[in-house]
Amino acid sequence: MWTDIIVILDATFRISVPFILAAMGGIFAERSGVIDFGLEGKMLGGAFVAATVAHWTQSAWLGLLGAIGIGIVFSMMHGYASVTKRGNQVVSCVAINIFAMGLTVVLANAWFHMGGQTPQLPKGARFLPIELPFADALSEVPIIGDIYSKLISGHSVLVYIAFLAVPFTAWVVFKSSFGLRLRATGENPLAVDTTGISVNKTRYQALILNGILGGMSGAYLSTAHLAFFVKDMSAGKGYLALAAMIVGKWRPYPAMFACLLFSILFATKDKYQHEMQIMMQGIVPAHLLNSFLEMSPYILTVVFLAGFVGKAVAPKAIGQPFSKEK
Amino acid sequence: MTSLAIELTEINKNFGEVCANKNVSLKIESGTIHGIIGENGAGKSTLMSILYGFYQADSGEIAVKEKPTVIRSAHDAILAGIGMVHQHFMLIDTFTVLENVVLGTETGFSLKESMQASARELRRIEKDYHLEVDINAVINTLPVGLQQRVEILKALYRGAEILILDEPTGVLTPQEADHLFRILDELREQGKTVIFITHKLREIMAITDNVSVMRQGEMVAHRSTSQTNREELAELMVGRKVLLRVEKAPAKTGRMELKVEHLNVTDDSGVHRVKDVCFEVHSGEIVGIAGVSGNGQSELMDVITGIKPLQNGQIQINDETITPALSADAAAMRRFGMAHVPEDRQRRGLVTSFSANENIILGYHKDPAYNGFIEMDRNAIIQSCKKQMKHFDVRPGNPFLRTSLFSGGNQQKLVVARELERDPSLLVVGQPTRGVDIGAIEFIHRQIIAMRDAGKAVLLISVELDEILSLSDRILVMFDGQIMGEILAKDANEREIGLLMAGVRKEAA
Amino acid sequence: MNERRTETLVVTLVTFTNLFIAFFISGVVIWALGEDPWFALKTLLYGAFGYDEALGYTLYYTTNFIFTGLAFAIGFHCGLFNIGAEGQAYIGGLAVGLICLWLENWPLWLVFPLAVSASIIFGGIWGAIPGYLKGKRGSHEVVTTIMFNFIASVIMVDLLSHVLRPDGQMSPESRDFAERVWVPQMHEIFEWFGIQITQTPLNGTFFFALLCLILVWRFIWYTRWGYEIRTVGTNDTAAVYAGISVSRNIILAMALCGGLAGFVGINEIMGSSHRIMLNFQAGIGFTGIAVSLIGRNHPLGILLAALLFGILYQGGAELSFEVQAIDRHLVVLIQGLVILFAGALEHLFRPQIEQFVRIITNVEKTEQAVSPTVNN
Repeated sequence: MWTDIIVILDATFRISVPFILAAMGGIFAERSGVIDFGLEGKMLGGAFVAATVAHWTQSAWLGLLGAIGIGIVFSMMHGYASVTKRGNQVVSCVAINIFAMGLTVVLANAWFHMGGQTPQLPKGARFLPIELPFADALSEVPIIGDIYSKLISGHSVLVYIAFLAVPFTAWVVFKSSFGLRLRATGENPLAVDTTGISVNKTRYQALILNGILGGMSGAYLSTAHLAFFVKDMSAGKGYLALAAMIVGKWRPYPAMFACLLFSILFATKDKYQHEMQIMMQGIVPAHLLNSFLEMSPYILTVVFLAGFVGKAVAPKAIGQPFSKEK
Repeated sequence: MTSLAIELTEINKNFGEVCANKNVSLKIESGTIHGIIGENGAGKSTLMSILYGFYQADSGEIAVKEKPTVIRSAHDAILAGIGMVHQHFMLIDTFTVLENVVLGTETGFSLKESMQASARELRRIEKDYHLEVDINAVINTLPVGLQQRVEILKALYRGAEILILDEPTGVLTPQEADHLFRILDELREQGKTVIFITHKLREIMAITDNVSVMRQGEMVAHRSTSQTNREELAELMVGRKVLLRVEKAPAKTGRMELKVEHLNVTDDSGVHRVKDVCFEVHSGEIVGIAGVSGNGQSELMDVITGIKPLQNGQIQINDETITPALSADAAAMRRFGMAHVPEDRQRRGLVTSFSANENIILGYHKDPAYNGFIEMDRNAIIQSCKKQMKHFDVRPGNPFLRTSLFSGGNQQKLVVARELERDPSLLVVGQPTRGVDIGAIEFIHRQIIAMRDAGKAVLLISVELDEILSLSDRILVMFDGQIMGEILAKDANEREIGLLMAGVRKEAA
Repeated sequence: MNERRTETLVVTLVTFTNLFIAFFISGVVIWALGEDPWFALKTLLYGAFGYDEALGYTLYYTTNFIFTGLAFAIGFHCGLFNIGAEGQAYIGGLAVGLICLWLENWPLWLVFPLAVSASIIFGGIWGAIPGYLKGKRGSHEVVTTIMFNFIASVIMVDLLSHVLRPDGQMSPESRDFAERVWVPQMHEIFEWFGIQITQTPLNGTFFFALLCLILVWRFIWYTRWGYEIRTVGTNDTAAVYAGISVSRNIILAMALCGGLAGFVGINEIMGSSHRIMLNFQAGIGFTGIAVSLIGRNHPLGILLAALLFGILYQGGAELSFEVQAIDRHLVVLIQGLVILFAGALEHLFRPQIEQFVRIITNVEKTEQAVSPTVNN
């Protein structure tokens, strides 16, 4: 039982990384008043670019840099359309997501001819698990040793970055001067403008952070979780992250817990699918159970959004382009 | 000769085809309170927005403290020593007073240090100017008067020497307004210059040293306040003689058309907005509901007109009784004979991107006269629209024109036409003349009185005390969701209503 | 020139400018991949129109895009952003298939309306649930409809691999329907009139799609229900004021969206594959977004835009066959760009175009003003 818990939590942490990074990115954008349904596209773009750059340069770090780059490019496209040109923010997001879907496959096929996949990355070109100091030595200590050596140690560096991104986001949003402007911009941009701060500049700054985190979430998928990019590999994770952010009421820690909830669902499914099938034998056909488990994260997202888990109050000015002219 | 705080020369500003400011020049002396008066849409707010860097003038020059100054943004204005208290407060509701004041002036990356320094500074300013507010209070827990004080503090904290106040008394009771005037006096004594924008003559006379009058985007006169009077200013504002009171015959009341019993409204965030309100409206009378904006009038109106469901209490309209179990929506209320001219025509009364003929059926689109078996009868709709536009003098009388292209006054006439054309037995009307020019105000007021004289019941809700006083037969005053008292219009005076608006009951006063 | 004609001219020019930019960027991508954009364009156009069969395929795809374009447009008029046509088409198609499997001994003239109704009901329910969640619970339809796409996909995989798959068959598909219930192919229809054309998947559903265009057009602009939907979509506070139920109209609009999307199943399943297949709807739903936005959510525009994307699909397939480096997903990329420029950045060049139109119309006016004096 104890080992099972450790194994499941360990898997949960691994699975939760793209959700957490994307959700933190979403918090920055939406706290500034810019809707971000485009996390999916940034994740997909980041995954493709990271895998491709890592393949060419044989460096996972350069891959990560590339992923951050494409994340920023996408968020700047979104910024240009929705902040500078005051276009419809939702349309802009959907455009970016579909654009990313097309672009990644077109480029993957043109460059690698593998049916939308990129070549498998060798060990040196991807993020590998890191053994933390004393992990081995402590592994014999009961409970704490297990937790430290099996649960906390042995992840890739991006896992640690993701979990550090949460306190980082919390500090920036609530404790920094930039955060004060950020939150004010999302609540009442007109008021912010009258204090002499540029609303658009604040929103662009938020979008840069959003692009960095969104791109990183993709890099994790293709250079740490798996070792290649495959067509449509984000599979709705960007939207799940968005739902987690909404359930977390645009606050970093609650959003992180919502991400972990999604991840535990995935982890349990992977681990216990077989056991559950045996348990439910004769009651529910195996394929039905599988299908149900398969769709459970999507159903959970819908339940989250339907506000059955507390009422979400979005930043007041979300989705409204800022315009002074009447 | 005293020095000039502000000098504007030949300011021009157009919004598309509309000319908001035309060759406006203005001189404001240091250390004075300078009033700018004009009707809605005369260009006062635009002019001040240009001075505060919110808009850019198309041409013209600005000098601050006798130095030519370019003001491209609020940031430039603040640097030049200008502060502004906007008509709609520019505060972040969920932030504390301190956070609102600090916003935009923070230094360093961490918030903590600048907050501590600012708290000290802010407390000093509060003491110097006698403007005490709890700096850790969250804005949306503060009453409106205190929120306004925060706005003034914000400007002073930024070192403003020149303070612009745009229609500052719109949200205040007469007594609160007097308090504000004392604050302004204090500021003047400390050497600040105050620019005071209003459309109310009383305030100009009460507080300003000098006054400038604007009409249709132009500056038409400058006067020293001591050498002018209300009548002259009113005439300058409108460009012709105006009757300050509406003529009307005594009311002939008849049967009861609307009865509201023990009505309570709680809004989405759980705030108790309307508290145990009871009243009646009879045919042939106009009942006015006075009160400072935000004291539950809008919520009361929403429930009476069926926009929000009835939560408890009871409403009787004609012979229909509406209870929480038997709630009625806006469509049902119309069927029961109620017409509704809403407070906000842009957001509620019209779909501004629709053409005039599509708006003339809003709420009546299911009327058999407008419908065939499946499709609507376009011809009938357009004919009806033309007729109503003619009847209510809507210009231009083009039923195909997009509604957003009509002026405010004509948009409002379109709404009034739609609601009155059907011969309702009860008219509920909110802020009928908000943002409307004098010509349209007079027209709409005459229509409302004509309704009354034709034996209809009228419930009028307005934050303009003058409008309530000149139209109503009976006046109910609302404060904090309650009806504070009822006064017959012929016995009413502004002071008494003002006290009720501030929540002071007759017995106590 | 009156205001409406000027507006139409501006809108048309804006649309074509936006399309041009989207295609220009796609051309740059092709060029960056080391291919010749001109050659690609020629191949694409030949692939779409060059021969009978190509034209048939082009119109066959056009039929699908009309349905999903309309499915997006109705939602858009109600202020909704329905990106769930994909799942709605999938579930609606399932209903079409089930009817065909179940009633295969019935005559087509009975099965067809039943299949249409079943598709409306199934697709409609699949659209109405997110509609309900939006109308009553305020959940954003973009996320919920996407989730319903995923859920539909899981359900269909399950059904096709375990329930509908005949024993002994490997691929996850249903069995074939009896020929009696197939929608007549276009070459058969032409044969009734003695005209010989090449056999393609193009079938009678094309005419049904045209009928839907007309019905939606009348519905949106000429009925009180369409009026209510448009009112809710443009100003929901005004709708409440007018006694129009916002949530009811949102649910209705989403149900209609789902129903229209479901008709993809008529074209694909009943008209072409004649069995329920995996992913028969793939990409068609998303294309509908671009089709509707570039067609300015008007049936006439949707018809033209659906044709455009029919060309891109068919021509693109031909192109990727000819040129190895260009994948057929290029059309997805173009969709993204079209949505970006026609949807989010629709006003990018509008001020310039408006000015341009003002100059031309002024020229016309001066000419009109001058001409009488000339006549005198």
